[in-house]
Amino acid sequence: MNFIDKPAKLRGFEKSIRVEKVSRRSILKGLGVTGGFVLAAPVMSRQAFAYETGAGKMPHGVVVDPRVFVAVAPDGTVTILAHRSEMGTGVRTSLPLIVAEEMEADWSKVKVQQAHGDEVKFGNQDTDGSRSTRHYLIPMRQIGASARSMLEQAAAKRWGVPATEVKAVNHEVVHSASGRKLGFGELAADAAKESVPAIEGLKLKDPKDFRYLGKGQVSIVDLHDITTGKARYGADVRLPGMKYAVIARPPVTGGKLVKFDAEAALKVPGVEKVMQVRGWPWPSKFQPLGGVAVIARNTGAAIKGRDALKLTWDDGANGKYDSVAYRKELEEASRKPGLVVRQEGDADAALKSADKVVVGEYYLPHLAHVSMEPPVAVADVKGDKAEIWAPVQSPGGTREDVAKTLGIPEGNVTVNVTLLGGGFGRKSKCDFALEAALLSKELGAPVKVQWTREDDLHHDFLHTVSVERIEAGLDKSGKVIAWRHRSVAPTIASTFAAGAKHAAAFELGMGLVDMPFEIANISCENPEAAAFTRIGWFRSVSNIPRAFAVQSMVGEIAAATGRDQKETLLALIGSPRIVKPAVKDMWNYGEPYDSYPIDTARLRKVVELVAEKGEWGRTVPKGHGLGIAVHRSFVSYIATIVEVAVDDKGKLTVPRVDTAIDCGTYVNPERIASQIEGAAIMGLSLAKYGAVTFKDGKVEQKNFDDFQVIRMDESPGVTNVYIVPPAPDTPPSGVGEPGVPPFAPALMNAIFAATGKRIRSMPLGKQLEA
Amino acid sequence: MIKVKINGQEQSWDGDPDLPLLWFLRDEAGLTGTKFGCGQALCGACTVIVDKEAVRSCITSINDVAGREITTIEGLHPNGDHPVQKAWRQVNVPQCGFCQAGQIMQAAALLMENPKPSHDQIREAMAGNICRCGCYQRIENAVHLASTGV
Repeated sequence: MNFIDKPAKLRGFEKSIRVEKVSRRSILKGLGVTGGFVLAAPVMSRQAFAYETGAGKMPHGVVVDPRVFVAVAPDGTVTILAHRSEMGTGVRTSLPLIVAEEMEADWSKVKVQQAHGDEVKFGNQDTDGSRSTRHYLIPMRQIGASARSMLEQAAAKRWGVPATEVKAVNHEVVHSASGRKLGFGELAADAAKESVPAIEGLKLKDPKDFRYLGKGQVSIVDLHDITTGKARYGADVRLPGMKYAVIARPPVTGGKLVKFDAEAALKVPGVEKVMQVRGWPWPSKFQPLGGVAVIARNTGAAIKGRDALKLTWDDGANGKYDSVAYRKELEEASRKPGLVVRQEGDADAALKSADKVVVGEYYLPHLAHVSMEPPVAVADVKGDKAEIWAPVQSPGGTREDVAKTLGIPEGNVTVNVTLLGGGFGRKSKCDFALEAALLSKELGAPVKVQWTREDDLHHDFLHTVSVERIEAGLDKSGKVIAWRHRSVAPTIASTFAAGAKHAAAFELGMGLVDMPFEIANISCENPEAAAFTRIGWFRSVSNIPRAFAVQSMVGEIAAATGRDQKETLLALIGSPRIVKPAVKDMWNYGEPYDSYPIDTARLRKVVELVAEKGEWGRTVPKGHGLGIAVHRSFVSYIATIVEVAVDDKGKLTVPRVDTAIDCGTYVNPERIASQIEGAAIMGLSLAKYGAVTFKDGKVEQKNFDDFQVIRMDESPGVTNVYIVPPAPDTPPSGVGEPGVPPFAPALMNAIFAATGKRIRSMPLGKQLEA
Repeated sequence: MIKVKINGQEQSWDGDPDLPLLWFLRDEAGLTGTKFGCGQALCGACTVIVDKEAVRSCITSINDVAGREITTIEGLHPNGDHPVQKAWRQVNVPQCGFCQAGQIMQAAALLMENPKPSHDQIREAMAGNICRCGCYQRIENAVHLASTGV
């Protein structure tokens, strides 16, 4: 099972093995690649940069070649490819902006084009793990610098002067000695003939000369299209002769169709056909669940037709899954010793000798992604060729899985990446695209498979369900001398391998074994937990329950010792240092520890910054309370202060949220702010309402009325975001996910401050009304 | 034969009169700016303006709007420069953008009815439109900007 621990969030875990065993060079030789240069990991040379990243270890690594990513037209238009998927983070703008910055292109003359799924050509395309900027800041700068250098070479040749005398400045190359200038467009044809310079010799711009990077004045490239309805998401793809399909899937994971009666469905106006869809036994990674598809001339007819189907299912082994009973199992498991995954000192003995032991058991139910765009895909399969249009976070993985599912070569599959109407990890799994491919093949026509919101809730790859139990032993002075954290939750690995019951390294590394506190005796344990439904990545993943538990426990220790939350937190973080946990595989988000260590100076800094800007300790009205939490995830450091108000009927409002983030070197602070603002909403949603529950193996929730998310009338009054200015050469780190984990514990600590009630079970629901 | 006027153009439908307007717009008329988010009038992604009122097109049948005038995001302004659209761009509201057409149509309908809504009125009027990315703070600021110019 150790392959599960490799990068890429398990997508194509087979590929991780292959990448490890076969050198990049031999893969390239095998594919007959001659021109250009495709780099093996790691691409960042130590002479040029202060840090390395894990980018090269991702499936298919990194490609640094301006001829792949940049095109300059004779009219001066610069086209830059975006090879990652846009789901709201702004990546489709940020990565091309880095190239434009470094090549001295004028952003107003840049067009962004979305790359299709082809990882041999573009390098890894998995848009997940808050990795895009962190892995591509340097490669995109190198691509831009290469393009700039080729344009400068071409100009120097044209003028017969040394290349050292010319300089690209804002879309033209200038020879200042003679005052001559040539636009990028005029140089395009000649520049294309230049050889691509060696990466080692590239001179990158001095950050003080940046026009776009770190400034935040550039809006996302899709802004106008989004506000006018022209932006094209997966659901918006229309092909001539395209059919519309809606599928009835087994209501229990692993269930099977016994029989169906389509008579009534076929009588619905607009319904053209009813057909069975192949399903795979559970677990089978991202393969379709199977079921019965209704094919119609429009989606409305297909939905109506599906409602009219008579279906008989065999629920199979997971038909008894019950969330109430399962919670008890998790709680019991958390009270017994489990697999030890980090051990320092002797936590057992220290807990026994402690003056006081504070115990907290924290529960977090399953969560659903519910991106506003439910899963949807269009496929057109003709013979042994397939073309897909889909909102996928994993264009390369989708291509691979479509090829395998249809039994055709990967080279015969084209995956067109549309905009994603939200992703949050759901669209890292391409099951919906595989369904469309299977249906199109059988129908011999293009087909769109549209999931309804009910489908989305019933057949999600859910966030796991967990109990985190923490026992903190305090000495007479109130100092924490022992820490035992047991984390029990079904693992994402169970979606790939039957019977997986322990967390994978990447799950352990999200807030359990990387716990940064300065405590002499630490034991982190992972008791077994079986899965009974599909478990997958949900924005921030295991960090959500871990930060909830660890940071709530800080609040509990503060209460037990009568001290301030923030002072208690800083005391636990301890001295500024690099933490070296005694853990076999730190995972560390796939990043080299030298570049991305756990640095408590940075952790303290965000706590202090948010406390200062967020006016920690300010006097708040009666019924209000302040809570604070900090968490390092996706190698970024984030601290949040939440102010709550609880009225005498137990109604909760959130007047103010303050968040400080240290994400190292950054590209677009305006989009960082938007991600953090959104993370507060998602954090509040899951803390207040988030729960997917099972009864008789089936999800009980159906739509936004019983799986609620925060709406505008209950959103925070104001959310303020503070970004730590990076020290020179600080490696970039994650932004999309880290904002979520500290929110819920900060909220629960604030509720405690306001009411004296400690909420250990999420969601909050009506607990304050009791 | 059901006749409707969509963004100023006459359209007709002789299929199932119960077909939700949403699917007529998206799949039959090719106006994909209006989005499907829940099918139960719970999220507001499918909001269009019928005459002068914001309506959830996912639970409104094509028959219900026979003879009425429907405005979708594509028809809100010929150049996409409705004050709400302009404010949305100025504030950099969207993240993924999928819910934004519905949000913009809801906001446009609100301002038709109440040109100067208060903070609380904005929050209440927009509460039927879910944004899973969590752009609410900016949506609120953009509606305020569109109504006041500041």
